[in-house]
Amino acid sequence: MLPIEQFPVLVVAISLLSALTILLAGWINKKSCFFISLATITFQFILSIFILHHVLTVGTIHYWLGGWRPPWGIEYVVDALNAYVLIIILFLSLLAAIYSKRSVEHEIDEKKLVTFYTLFQLLVTGLAGVVVTGDLFNMYVLLEVCSLAAYALIAVAGGRALKASYNYLVMGAIGVCFYLLGIAFLYSVTGTLNMGDMRLLLPALYGNKGVQLAFVFMFIGLGIKAAFFPLHTWQPDAYTYAPSAITVIISTAMAKASIYALIRIIFSVFTVDFITLFAPIADIISWVAAIAMIFGSILAIAQFNLKRMLAYSSIANIGYIMLGVGLSTSTTLGLTPALMHILNHALMKGCLFMAACGFIYKADLRDIRDLVGLARRMPYTCFAFLLAALSMIGFPPSVGFVTKLYLIFAALDAGKYIFIAVIFFSTLLMIVYFWHVIEIMYIRVEEGGEKEISVTEVPRSMFIPGLVLAFLCFIVGIIWLIGTPMPLMDAINSGLGLGVVP
Amino acid sequence: MIEWLHPGLIFIFGAFLIPLFKGKWKKAYLLLPPTAALISVVLMLKGVLGSSGSFWHIPFLQYTLVLGRVDKLSLCFGLIFTLAAFCMILYALHVESSIEHMASFFYVGSALGVVFAGDLFTLYIFWEIMAIASLLLVWLRKTDRARRAGMRYFLWHFFGGLCLLGGIIMYVINTGTVAFDYIGLGGVGGLASYFIFIGFLLNAGAPPIHGWLPDAYPEATITGAVFMSAFTTKTAVYILVRTFPGTDILIYIGAIMTVYPIFYAVLENNVRRVLGYSLLNQVGFMLCGVGIGTELAICGTVAHAFCHIIYKGLLFMSAGSVMQMTGKENCTELGGLYKTMPFTTACCMIAAASISAFPGFSGFVSKSMIISEAGCLHLGIVWVLLQLASAGVFHHAGVKVPYFTFFAKDSGIRTHEPPLNMMLGMGIPAFLCVFLGVYPQPLYNILPNPAALGYMPYTGSHVVGQAQMLMFASLAFYVLIISGVYPPEQRKINLDTDWLVRIPGMRFVWFCQKPLIAFANFIDRNVLRTADASKSSPDAVAVCEKWMDKFYHKGLTSTPRAIYKGVEPLKSEIGYLPWNLLYVLISFIIFLLIMLLWGVGIK
Repeated sequence: MLPIEQFPVLVVAISLLSALTILLAGWINKKSCFFISLATITFQFILSIFILHHVLTVGTIHYWLGGWRPPWGIEYVVDALNAYVLIIILFLSLLAAIYSKRSVEHEIDEKKLVTFYTLFQLLVTGLAGVVVTGDLFNMYVLLEVCSLAAYALIAVAGGRALKASYNYLVMGAIGVCFYLLGIAFLYSVTGTLNMGDMRLLLPALYGNKGVQLAFVFMFIGLGIKAAFFPLHTWQPDAYTYAPSAITVIISTAMAKASIYALIRIIFSVFTVDFITLFAPIADIISWVAAIAMIFGSILAIAQFNLKRMLAYSSIANIGYIMLGVGLSTSTTLGLTPALMHILNHALMKGCLFMAACGFIYKADLRDIRDLVGLARRMPYTCFAFLLAALSMIGFPPSVGFVTKLYLIFAALDAGKYIFIAVIFFSTLLMIVYFWHVIEIMYIRVEEGGEKEISVTEVPRSMFIPGLVLAFLCFIVGIIWLIGTPMPLMDAINSGLGLGVVP
Repeated sequence: MIEWLHPGLIFIFGAFLIPLFKGKWKKAYLLLPPTAALISVVLMLKGVLGSSGSFWHIPFLQYTLVLGRVDKLSLCFGLIFTLAAFCMILYALHVESSIEHMASFFYVGSALGVVFAGDLFTLYIFWEIMAIASLLLVWLRKTDRARRAGMRYFLWHFFGGLCLLGGIIMYVINTGTVAFDYIGLGGVGGLASYFIFIGFLLNAGAPPIHGWLPDAYPEATITGAVFMSAFTTKTAVYILVRTFPGTDILIYIGAIMTVYPIFYAVLENNVRRVLGYSLLNQVGFMLCGVGIGTELAICGTVAHAFCHIIYKGLLFMSAGSVMQMTGKENCTELGGLYKTMPFTTACCMIAAASISAFPGFSGFVSKSMIISEAGCLHLGIVWVLLQLASAGVFHHAGVKVPYFTFFAKDSGIRTHEPPLNMMLGMGIPAFLCVFLGVYPQPLYNILPNPAALGYMPYTGSHVVGQAQMLMFASLAFYVLIISGVYPPEQRKINLDTDWLVRIPGMRFVWFCQKPLIAFANFIDRNVLRTADASKSSPDAVAVCEKWMDKFYHKGLTSTPRAIYKGVEPLKSEIGYLPWNLLYVLISFIIFLLIMLLWGVGIK
């Protein structure tokens, strides 16, 4: 066995060990916590790059935990889809970790610093684990690990965050329980928990109402975790009241991990055959996603709290991803638009939340209407926000534009023209709420200097990650357009049996 | 691939370096990219690099993007764009703000990108950059009016951009090609071609989707308006020449477009808005030429665009100089400036003579091609409308602007000439106006079709005919200003002595003398009366302006507010747990029912 084939387990195990190390090291020196966490995540990120390279050049990695053969033991499987999502998650976690240094010092009691970083590292462990595992029950366990860490981390901020966290706890627990019930149904009919094994055993049982019920349970359960409309209700509260660094990581890495789990269950445990022949689900997903795109945008327009506006915008963007999923069975593009938007949305939303939290960090500015003329005082943060917002609207050649372009291609290919209208309409709504903010920040002139904001730029460790993401929004957009990552997309699509219309 | 430097990319990449320079170095640097671009285009034109071909291929999806498609048409527009950009940047050299320079560089660069684009996607991308960059030029004025005008400008262009994008995607799906060549209304493009057509026409300012132009241009910065006068509409003309030559409806759109802005232009008080309307009127001539679509008409269109960029830029420059030095831009507040700004006055007069197509100035050698081609093809009504518009443009741009600004009643303003760079920036186009008017052969040589080479603008009948129309119109203006009454006898005598016009036929002369001139008189009289009234009672103008503002703009600016009011009840602070649980329950049950009812069970 090559050393590289052990990397999937290292990504999880090192992170778990590091979480415990942080707890111990924190007794000795509180400052060391951040650096241990940062070093671990950097190391994990490097490992994930090697994993992607190996998957693309050699093939899928199978790792048997403890040497037990798969149907009995736990198996970690990394194919093109995992490797792609793993890199996104770890990259965003890395930036969130860098961002957390100063914001945490500012927002959180020094006593809680050690536990904060322990939980943060556990969160990353859970996220990485959810992505690399090839076992249904193991995925449940790791989903709980990251969820529990997230509940606690959100509550750290105190005040209203406690209520938001409690809401999320109840909703999240229901979600994970539903998922567990689904597993129980599947286990009762197949007797296995391994995803690959399940994929082989299930087709004979697709007509079974128990299997279909299991699918409903799993879809609803993971839909709650992914904040898919109308199961999103916990999400605006959690994003709004969480501490800055946590908002960044749960809105990007964690949302993407849940979406990944959903895609994995739909296409890899169940198959395209199941959702096209045995359950009328693809069209329902598309329509609900279309509603989510418009609903999220309209609610975003209504918000005055910047973070809350961004949270509702996230709901609309989850709609974009799910529209890609819904259309995937009837177009030759397959999952490509959805997979693109997983990366694209992580870049854009990460940047936007970093900027929004930067405003809170410096001047406690939460209300959009208070941001008048801020562009002159915090030029870098505002510039990052501007680029990401332009990207959200779909300014070519940004990532937002690429997603919309490919979704339109997919809808044209599938012959479902109504979704093109929905995309255009939701774009118009996005212009309304993002231009509103940009106009206030950049163009509106202060009236009589009543609310003079006398702040300066946020510390370098807080605006540089945002700027990096903002520029990546455009660079990655150009890379998508040139078509460099298309072999990866094709590999993922063919692995899931998509990309060919029957 | 990189054997030829793309002038548009020189500007766009050059823009990024502007903030790095300060003071004198910055001024020196600002002239570098336009010079380099100009050299690049001239080298190509001289055939050093082959004078045509396509460069800069980039793979995109399954298509190939072509950034540099060079042929005679694109070179001609490329030359005038770089030339104009050079003069305008020289004119704007005194501006301190880096961001304003960057915006204008992006704007020029993207316009050049559109001109050299070889496929529809590249076209669209540069098209959008152009819209954003010009928006910045409006917003950088930093007044409240500019902010609102800019927002409206952006909404218009976003609408146009969406039409264009939708059209392009449909077109590519229908035909399977991204090539940016002849499209034609209907035809293989089907519905797509109409969308593309609307997108292009919006940028050309064709009625009834022209509202953005006279709205936004007067609100732009002084130098920004100069830039904007040249590029947005002329790229649209270029694209229409490429994609829709010979489309009949363009003839009528163009003819209407030449005539109706005149009425607005004479009503207006703001000098730059008057110029905006006359810009529309001139673009109307070009659209008409595109619609006629014969070789000579296309040549006329290109030549007219070439000359128009120079003299319209010059008009905006002189209006800008006055604004820069006095801070005023309304006819009613200006007057008698010729004593203190003789050079600016001279430049403005040259530009005014050119736009009115005086023999010996550049407008004369280009506009006549379009009009005479309309005459040759027996497009009677169109010909009349174009002649009428020629008289009209003389009245508002040729006489009204210089007269009220530099002459008329002395307003008591004492100022001095603008800075040296602005004077130089005005001097070069002024020279070109005269040069091309006297010696048009170099211009005819670079036109896309050889048909123009044989064209002779200076035939006796043409010169005298044109001179007549202009002189009598100016006489009418003069007399009216002096007396307030227009004596018809004088005009009659003068026309009678003219024997050249009689030769084509008495009927024609009769037509010119009676109905046409009577109609023109009617317009003149009312128009001048209104213009005079605007000078004596600014209140009436203010009311008129307010009404127009309301009519055109109120709806657009208040829409977002209406949206905000509509969605206000949806604002929330924190979710309520029981409701959340209810949502989950409901969606679970619905989904379960769908699954159990429509899912395929065991048979």
